[in-house]
Amino acid sequence: MKARYLAATAAVALGAGMAGTARAEDLTLCWAAWDPANALVELSKEFEAQSGHTMSFEFVPWPNFADRMLNELNSGGKLCDLLIGDSQWIGGGAENGHYVKLNDFFDAEGISMDDFAPATVYAYSTWPKGTPNYYALPAMGDANGWFYRKDWFTDPEIMAAYKEATGEDLREPQSQLELMQIAKFFQGREIGGNTVYGVSIFTERGSEGITMGATGALYTWGFKYENTPGSYDMEGAVNSPEAVEALEFYKELYECCTPPGYTNSYMGESLDAFKSGQVAMAMNWFAFFPGLYQDPDIGGDKIDFFVNPPQNMAGSTLGGQGISVVSYSDKQEAALDYIKWFAQPEVQAKWWELGGYSAHNSVLNDPGFESSQPFAGDFLVAMQDVQDFWQEPAYAELLLAMQKRLHDYVVADQGTAQEALDKLIEDWTETFEDEGKL
Amino acid sequence: MTDSPLTRAAEATPPHLARRIKGLSDRAIAWIFVAPTIFLLLAINIFPLIWTIRLSFTNFRANRPNREVEWVGLRNYERILTDSDIWLNMQATAHFLFWTLFFQVLIGFTLAWLINKKFRGNDLWTTIIVLPMMLSPAVVGNFWTFLYQPQIGLFNYAIEFLTGTPASSFEMLGSVTLAPWAIVIVDTWMWTPFVMLICLAGLRSIPDYIYEAAEIDRASKWRQFWTITVPMVLPFLMLAVLFRGIENFKMFDLVVQLTGGGPGSITELASINLKREAFEKWRTGYSSAYAIILFVTVFGLASIYVKALNKVKER
Repeated sequence: MKARYLAATAAVALGAGMAGTARAEDLTLCWAAWDPANALVELSKEFEAQSGHTMSFEFVPWPNFADRMLNELNSGGKLCDLLIGDSQWIGGGAENGHYVKLNDFFDAEGISMDDFAPATVYAYSTWPKGTPNYYALPAMGDANGWFYRKDWFTDPEIMAAYKEATGEDLREPQSQLELMQIAKFFQGREIGGNTVYGVSIFTERGSEGITMGATGALYTWGFKYENTPGSYDMEGAVNSPEAVEALEFYKELYECCTPPGYTNSYMGESLDAFKSGQVAMAMNWFAFFPGLYQDPDIGGDKIDFFVNPPQNMAGSTLGGQGISVVSYSDKQEAALDYIKWFAQPEVQAKWWELGGYSAHNSVLNDPGFESSQPFAGDFLVAMQDVQDFWQEPAYAELLLAMQKRLHDYVVADQGTAQEALDKLIEDWTETFEDEGKL
Repeated sequence: MTDSPLTRAAEATPPHLARRIKGLSDRAIAWIFVAPTIFLLLAINIFPLIWTIRLSFTNFRANRPNREVEWVGLRNYERILTDSDIWLNMQATAHFLFWTLFFQVLIGFTLAWLINKKFRGNDLWTTIIVLPMMLSPAVVGNFWTFLYQPQIGLFNYAIEFLTGTPASSFEMLGSVTLAPWAIVIVDTWMWTPFVMLICLAGLRSIPDYIYEAAEIDRASKWRQFWTITVPMVLPFLMLAVLFRGIENFKMFDLVVQLTGGGPGSITELASINLKREAFEKWRTGYSSAYAIILFVTVFGLASIYVKALNKVKER
């Protein structure tokens, strides 16, 4: 009996091995250290069982993720065979030869980009933008959204107090200005014996925080990076009156309605503020929403979610990433096996089930998708109007310039919004001149 | 033949090597011994310095190895020296440098003077005072961010207790006016013991008979302090200032952990800005020029200072 069992096991193992490449490899997948990464570890166990390859993971905390991974790529490091890199890295990844171009592989394996949400293909996979040159498979759809204390919003006493204060019903904000009005109402209010605050927003200086937060307001006022896409003509777009107004709004929101000390806050601090019951509303990436909903203290009935409210137009800041094969890897064949496996509709369905945000149409268009999670519908809405930061090879330089100008104005109270955006154009112009694009 | 170490070494030398060495002058043998060190110095210090100077005249980017490198002459230097933001970084560095040195010398010397008095528990107090400098700057930066937290920070509560100012009404790390002082306080807390130790060494090197002679001459304590203690400790103190000055000019880790250079760019010291230019923006040529400017500044100031130190020692 034992011998028969061993023989059967060997046959299964052999079959599984043959399904993949001839040689079993130990693949290393690099990504940021956050909730979805844990889901991916769980998901990848199936790949290990099916392919015979083993998976190792290198997860780096978000504030150091870009630094660590871009250094790795720039030095031609072999640490990562697969990299789930940020959407803005695609230009540098493609132009500097860090990522393997996947077109031939997709054609050979019958993987079609039409099977994925167009916004994610555009943002995570293509370079130059919008051309059918693919350097990544959309791996994790994401956008900056909002969540709030539903138990406070539905508390009759609080609702009545809000009605009395504003003459309006307390509800999910329908505009950026309404969001601020609600935030002002909650700021300093006593709830359950504690002083609470309006919102937790991104103000981080070192990596990308304040840019990701402020663009949430800027996009809804109509901010554009260029007058004509691809022209690098920024005067009048980046510093338009609408952009100035949006930036003034973000500064006012920071000043009026955030908890004391949140001068350098990003994802972690936003979650902390909300989980500790300090704020009524908070912004963060959809990627964190499954974990928040399951939180025993503030999840379940106490929380609800909403898309970044529109102002002059709808708009959300794009997050999310594509998965790429690193060109310096010696195990590219096995890495491509992983991508082939990951692209399968049933794997994508399980990815969503485990807490990852699939960008596959079969998952997103499933009739049951919207009701599968309380934030699923919001995710679909958000992904229709996402905008991303520059994805140029010089993105890091462009991002750091924006970080500095925004933080100088919003947090350090230096100069005006107009001056901040004017200086930003100067910085970006210098960068594009150095790049030979202007 | 006597059995000396020299003889034993000569006997132990293999004949073929002895034949080669025979006829070499002492100077040549000395060079043979020194050569590895000089080679390492050239490879690790001098070559990178020359390479950096060369890069500083180009538009090279380390993240674009395939891009054509252009010779840009003095353009990088011109851009740096005319950039108002960089001058703000320099001002932030100067503020940090001046005030940390001022407080560390003042408090460090005072503590050393007190510790130098013979009293019970003297050694225990010395150990306690020295503890902060044994910690990692990253750890210190991290826990001071908690101490400065407006809602839960002990520092804010201590200020509230002492002055009545509500703890959550001010933000040490988030305020434009307070953040530069917040980093000065932490660095002073951490490194004053270092200055204290050096001063203590200076105080303990003063022979007792000098004070005894002064007592016989009926010199007051005040006069003894200014005419014996201060002049004799001064070379030690100046050495401590030199060490701390050089360290604080290139201060990075502690401040990054505390403020990340913020709010805005208020605490962005030159070294933080340089790191951003070099390893985040990857403007290698530009940051090489920046590094050379900082190097020349530190080297120039240190040279002037060392000359002054030597003069004090000669007195």
